[in-house]
Amino acid sequence: MTTPALELVNVTKSFGNVTALNNVSLKVEPGTVTCVLGDNGAGKSTLIKVLAGVHKPSSGEFLVEGEHASFASPRDALHHGIATVFQDLATVALMSIWRNFFLGNEPKKWWKPLGIMDTKLAKEITKRELLAMGIDLRDSNQPIGTLSGGERQAVAIARAVHFGAKVLILDEPTSALGVRQSGIVLKYVLAARDRGVAVVFITHNPHHAFLVGDRFYLLNRGRMIADFQRGKVELDELIKAMAGGAELEQLTHEIQVIRK
Amino acid sequence: MTDTKTATKDERISNVSFLTNIMRRPEFGALLGAVVIYVMFAVVDTTGQFATLQGTAGWTDFAAPIGIIAVFVALLMIAGEFDLSTGVMVGTSGLLLGILVSQFGWAIWPAIGFTLIFAATIGLMNGLLVIKTGLPSFIVTLATFFVLKGANLAVTKGFTGSVRVSNIDQGAGFEDARKIFATTFDLGGANFQITVVWWIIVTILATWLLTKTTFGNWIFASGGDANAARNAGVPVNRTKVTLFVMTSLAAALVGIMLALRLNGMQAGQGVGQEFYYIIAAAVGGTLLTGGSGSAIGASIGAAIMGLAAIGIPFALWDQDWVSTFLGVILFSAVLVNSFISRKAKGARK
Repeated sequence: MTTPALELVNVTKSFGNVTALNNVSLKVEPGTVTCVLGDNGAGKSTLIKVLAGVHKPSSGEFLVEGEHASFASPRDALHHGIATVFQDLATVALMSIWRNFFLGNEPKKWWKPLGIMDTKLAKEITKRELLAMGIDLRDSNQPIGTLSGGERQAVAIARAVHFGAKVLILDEPTSALGVRQSGIVLKYVLAARDRGVAVVFITHNPHHAFLVGDRFYLLNRGRMIADFQRGKVELDELIKAMAGGAELEQLTHEIQVIRK
Repeated sequence: MTDTKTATKDERISNVSFLTNIMRRPEFGALLGAVVIYVMFAVVDTTGQFATLQGTAGWTDFAAPIGIIAVFVALLMIAGEFDLSTGVMVGTSGLLLGILVSQFGWAIWPAIGFTLIFAATIGLMNGLLVIKTGLPSFIVTLATFFVLKGANLAVTKGFTGSVRVSNIDQGAGFEDARKIFATTFDLGGANFQITVVWWIIVTILATWLLTKTTFGNWIFASGGDANAARNAGVPVNRTKVTLFVMTSLAAALVGIMLALRLNGMQAGQGVGQEFYYIIAAAVGGTLLTGGSGSAIGASIGAAIMGLAAIGIPFALWDQDWVSTFLGVILFSAVLVNSFISRKAKGARK
């Protein structure tokens, strides 16, 4: 076994008297996709924010490559190789693709403090890196807002990978997308994994998780209620476990009564 | 803007034609408008002077001071903020320079230095107040506008007993300073103001800053989506505050030029001009919501104002209609700009 890229041990996060995460443990291995599944209110957002460095755990351990870590901000987490792609806050729609790709990490030429961008290099790298992820660009000068939602997520993923992310946290990357678009994003999730990145895929969609996941954690009401390995679990099982099995049967029964 | 040549030619590149690339530029609409307006005034001209170098010297003299400030107002607007205190700042800096020289006996150069530091401080205050309070810059700088407007009158009257500061020429170094800020030069028999050279330099500098530097990238990002920019590690607050300082400095530069040229300053100078700068920026393709625009566009916007200000009297139309003309131009330019950018950008929609 390799050292996990990221590990949570018995992490609890409370806000006042509300416990959003309760004794949560999880391991994220390099070169794998770890899915965290949960319904609305399961604690997914809090988990993301703990992983991304927005919140600090109230108790428990946060290990990065086997070492204790505590991040002051998402920027700090990024410096440690943990990149988070937030659902809607990843790119600036009106800016061109290459400007978005290098935003905050612009390549400079000549005397660096002058801050002169090497625009030619930036455009070349953008095109090359996106191609390596399987994204074939028409024109890196076009505003990123002209791309589809799936392609925009893909650019954000490619950007994180290019700037050396060891752990890539994806916040519901497919929730606002159609079937085809979701397929595009899932393809890039696997492309990132193949480049050795530890991907944390947070979603409420068991179908999408099942397609790409190597390991599945189920979050419910702030607790990890189950965890599965790929190959040892069926999709039906996953859906049932996620919806809380018995609860779903109860719901089915109730709806059938109403429909009669 | 050309694409980087790649070994394998992508057949879809042909979709983005040269024309589309030009039309995608935010200042395209303004340039088109400027050409149309120029031709129109050249046709209705009754003096035979409009399309000559002397006529050009006339409209550029009007446009240059507007352009110098409008360029930085445009950068600030691209970053998503307004500055309504630019007009009054022209007056404040000219008056400050005049009072330092005529009332305190300062030499010209130290007075200019102090005036610039003062202007930078006002810009810094504008920026910090906007960032720290989270109030809209429209309100914060509107307040600065009125505070300075009152102070200009009260302080000027307190020192001189009138609404005018004069006798700046008694300061040591006055003639030297004029050579840089307020002289004229001859070009093909026409007498051009030195402000025109400043205008061109400032436009080139700001364009370079916006399109070729990391700071320019941050300007676009700050106005386009401040949250996404922060997530990517862009210092949004620092970018905005720096732009407030730059805008204030540009206004002070114009104030200094004006004070040296007129050898004096009226207390009400510049008031009402702030809208000219915003109009120039908007006509030049800068989005009022931020995130898109150009420095050259703002300069073209200023040029259109110069054309109107000179072209209308040259056509023997009533000068009173200049503002009305500018109002119509503003509306149609922004309408055309939004139409063009939607067409050029919305390939998918």
